[in-house]
Amino acid sequence: MKASAFSYARATSVGNALDLLAAHGDGAKLLSGGQSLMPAMNLRLISPDLLVDIGDLVELRGIERNGGLLRIGALTRHVDLANSPEIAAHAPLLTEAIAHVAHPAIRNRGTLGGSLAHADPASELPACMLALNATIVVRGLAGERRIAAADFFTGIYETALSAEELLVAVELPVAQKDSVHFFEELARRHGDYAIVGVAAQAIVRGGAFTDLRIAFFAVGDRPVLARVAASLINVAITPAVMSNTLAVLAEELDPQEDQQASAAMRRHLAKVLLARCVAGLLDRAELAGVSA
Amino acid sequence: MTVQVPISLKVNGEQVDALVLPRLNLADFLREQLQLTGTHVGCEHGVCGACTVRVNGDIVRSCLMLAVQANNASVETIEGLSDSGEIADLQAAFRDRNALQCGFCTPGMLMAAQDLLKSEPEPTRERIREHLSGNYCRCTGYQAIVDAVETTAHARAGSAGAKQAS
Repeated sequence: MKASAFSYARATSVGNALDLLAAHGDGAKLLSGGQSLMPAMNLRLISPDLLVDIGDLVELRGIERNGGLLRIGALTRHVDLANSPEIAAHAPLLTEAIAHVAHPAIRNRGTLGGSLAHADPASELPACMLALNATIVVRGLAGERRIAAADFFTGIYETALSAEELLVAVELPVAQKDSVHFFEELARRHGDYAIVGVAAQAIVRGGAFTDLRIAFFAVGDRPVLARVAASLINVAITPAVMSNTLAVLAEELDPQEDQQASAAMRRHLAKVLLARCVAGLLDRAELAGVSA
Repeated sequence: MTVQVPISLKVNGEQVDALVLPRLNLADFLREQLQLTGTHVGCEHGVCGACTVRVNGDIVRSCLMLAVQANNASVETIEGLSDSGEIADLQAAFRDRNALQCGFCTPGMLMAAQDLLKSEPEPTRERIREHLSGNYCRCTGYQAIVDAVETTAHARAGSAGAKQAS
């Protein structure tokens, strides 16, 4: 199908975009890469009155490192993240995850800010933001708010953003010494939305975790941090510990059923991925085969 | 109150100035206003890849881009790549290997395959499959398409090597 009719405004500055959003409220939608918005409009799932195109706002583009913080502009495209030496050096989880986001032609247009604001619970980057302990920077006419990634995603396609705010950037702590990461998703075809996926970052010293953040996606209405990860900090991970952890994870998750998988299948796959994740992070292949 | 918006862009090297409704996507603009019907419209939500074109050198889905977003951009379609001879060898390989039957997906396949070959001169079959994973073909079963892309990669690498040697 084709999108229904709408008005179009090309924002000339962040301030101009915010003025337009304030004037049109819920009837307006921001357009960046359009790789989620356009399909939804073409399928007539949404029919905004006005599209505010922020594609020309160069101040929202780019990746810069400032001491221990990596700041990524909202309009930074997936392909820019994938090719960035700064990202590869300081947030390598993202470099790895990007390869799983849709297909090259989509990654050439899709933006980080767009993906996060769209908040599809099965998409990769929101989960990476949780694993990387990111801060989402949003701006409204009243000023800027900084929201922890863990508080930003509030439901299916729902975030803490109000209709009059614009997501301007993401800030990530630079990966520390001894930092390791893991990313894997199970999908029917490369580039499809995950049936279940996991993104994790950890610090491993002397064979034990001193920090561990494991985010699952496509297992609920938003990406979730596995609370059970806390029980793996500073303990010797034996097969018995691993097995118990998997059982706790299965209790913790409340996955949805859809045409791709039943809730029980998602729970099972999440356990499989958690075992692989811990095995990968610790570089101990024998743990990957543990079951609950 | 949807008014037409003036846009100015390059299409296959030629300057184009047009008035378009905001809702018009780039694929329909190319097909209906410029009669460049080699760009095909399949699913209209970014899944099938038949509408793949180049914008500022990068392949994109023209069904997921508004014509107004192509303002000031340089767009290249299958007609441009075909007429310039850039992909003559790839097209010949598709023909020789029967890498098309109905041909609906072929323009998008050629666009995506050429994009890969430009950045990776000798991709593995796995990489070829990965790069073409966003392009559906309902006739060939993909095997022949991967063969054609692989053959072209080998041939180009061979002729580049021969040039260097001479």
